[in-house]
Amino acid sequence: MMTRNAPAIQAYNSLSILRVMLTGLIGIMLTACAHQPATPSLYDSLGQKTGIENIVSRLIYEIGDDPTIRPYFEDSDLDRFHEKLSEQICEVSGGPCTYSGDSMVDVHTRMNVNEADFNRLVDLLIAAMDHQKIPHPTQNRLLSILAPMRGDIIYR
Amino acid sequence: MCRTAVHFFLLCCAATGVQAGEGKLLGTPGVTQLEGSGGGGIVPWATMAGYASRDETAISGFATRVNVDDYRLSVWGAAINLYDRVEVSFAHQNFYLKGAGSEIRQDIAGLKVRLSGDLVYTDWPQISAGIQHKMLADDTIADAVGAKDSNHGTDLYVVASKLHLGAIGGYNALWSLAGRATKANQLGLLGYGGDDKDSYSLNLEASVAVLLSRQWALGAEYRQKPDNLSFAEEQDWMDLFVAYLPNKHINATLAYADLGDIAGADHQTGVYLSITGYFW
Repeated sequence: MMTRNAPAIQAYNSLSILRVMLTGLIGIMLTACAHQPATPSLYDSLGQKTGIENIVSRLIYEIGDDPTIRPYFEDSDLDRFHEKLSEQICEVSGGPCTYSGDSMVDVHTRMNVNEADFNRLVDLLIAAMDHQKIPHPTQNRLLSILAPMRGDIIYR
Repeated sequence: MCRTAVHFFLLCCAATGVQAGEGKLLGTPGVTQLEGSGGGGIVPWATMAGYASRDETAISGFATRVNVDDYRLSVWGAAINLYDRVEVSFAHQNFYLKGAGSEIRQDIAGLKVRLSGDLVYTDWPQISAGIQHKMLADDTIADAVGAKDSNHGTDLYVVASKLHLGAIGGYNALWSLAGRATKANQLGLLGYGGDDKDSYSLNLEASVAVLLSRQWALGAEYRQKPDNLSFAEEQDWMDLFVAYLPNKHINATLAYADLGDIAGADHQTGVYLSITGYFW
């Protein structure tokens, strides 16, 4: 058994370990950021224009197969959806495109997309990227760029 | 009693047409921690147990076993998620002393409320506050080791958790940090408060994890502990874990756990195994 002033040392040690855990994580994150210029652009990793169009085609197939999400697209012009979403992904991933569609708020107003269905569409996008053999880290990079749009999309 | 409550709840859900919870992204509820709250393995997270979105409800159940040198802790329990806002949990712990052949049993009722934020989608972390009320089945051992209260004790905690998409070389990373006010000796298994200290301690609890794929996560946890009893020092806990989350119905966690000295038995290390199932 240790002496009774041990708790002070123990508290100090545990704080040190917490600090090491957090600085370790932050360190890895900063390193990852610092290395990003060396890796190919997200646009390239997605397979450029053709790769992105193929992902969106597959996404439309997944949507058509999904009883929950399909109704949202019942009155949609799927060719236009394909064109505009491909353009948007091309632009946000750093490709040579300019999104020419309506704002996310305008597109989704009166659709009343709920939180669960938004996440379900994310699942379908992941399934589409899996099908197109997009690597896991590349998928996450795209999702991290698209995720902030959620506020403009749900419960409109 | 508990079963009746669950049946009643299911009936209510069926009657009102409430959707069963599958509305979160895979893995984002985390797993279940030792005291029955949604979280990592030994510390609670700000996430609510189960896959319910804000329009849904969810029910999950779990079983956990930690087998260290001189002790074995078995836990089972269940949690209800109401609209991703409130988590109500129950856990039953059975702590087996291998040498003595005796056991300590404790029940824990938990409540957690999401105060703000979303684990994935908000810039700020998801923040929740929770309470764990712990009740010992038998006061004999807690009395013998010098606990001030050998019947029940209550822990309060505030926790912040955040998942960063693609943060580490494209891999998703999660951190969670909790502050807990507690008097519980070894989770409460040795009573609450002691002859050395009978006031609340503020302890930090942390998890970090990297998601290697949609299904696999790797991480570490640390949990500060109070030290209230003069008969033996209580030490902090830590673990290294790998979790497998194949779908929204089940997940399993395997960990190496270092629970330090427990009741005079030196350096208790061993294997932690936990399974959570999502029924609704």
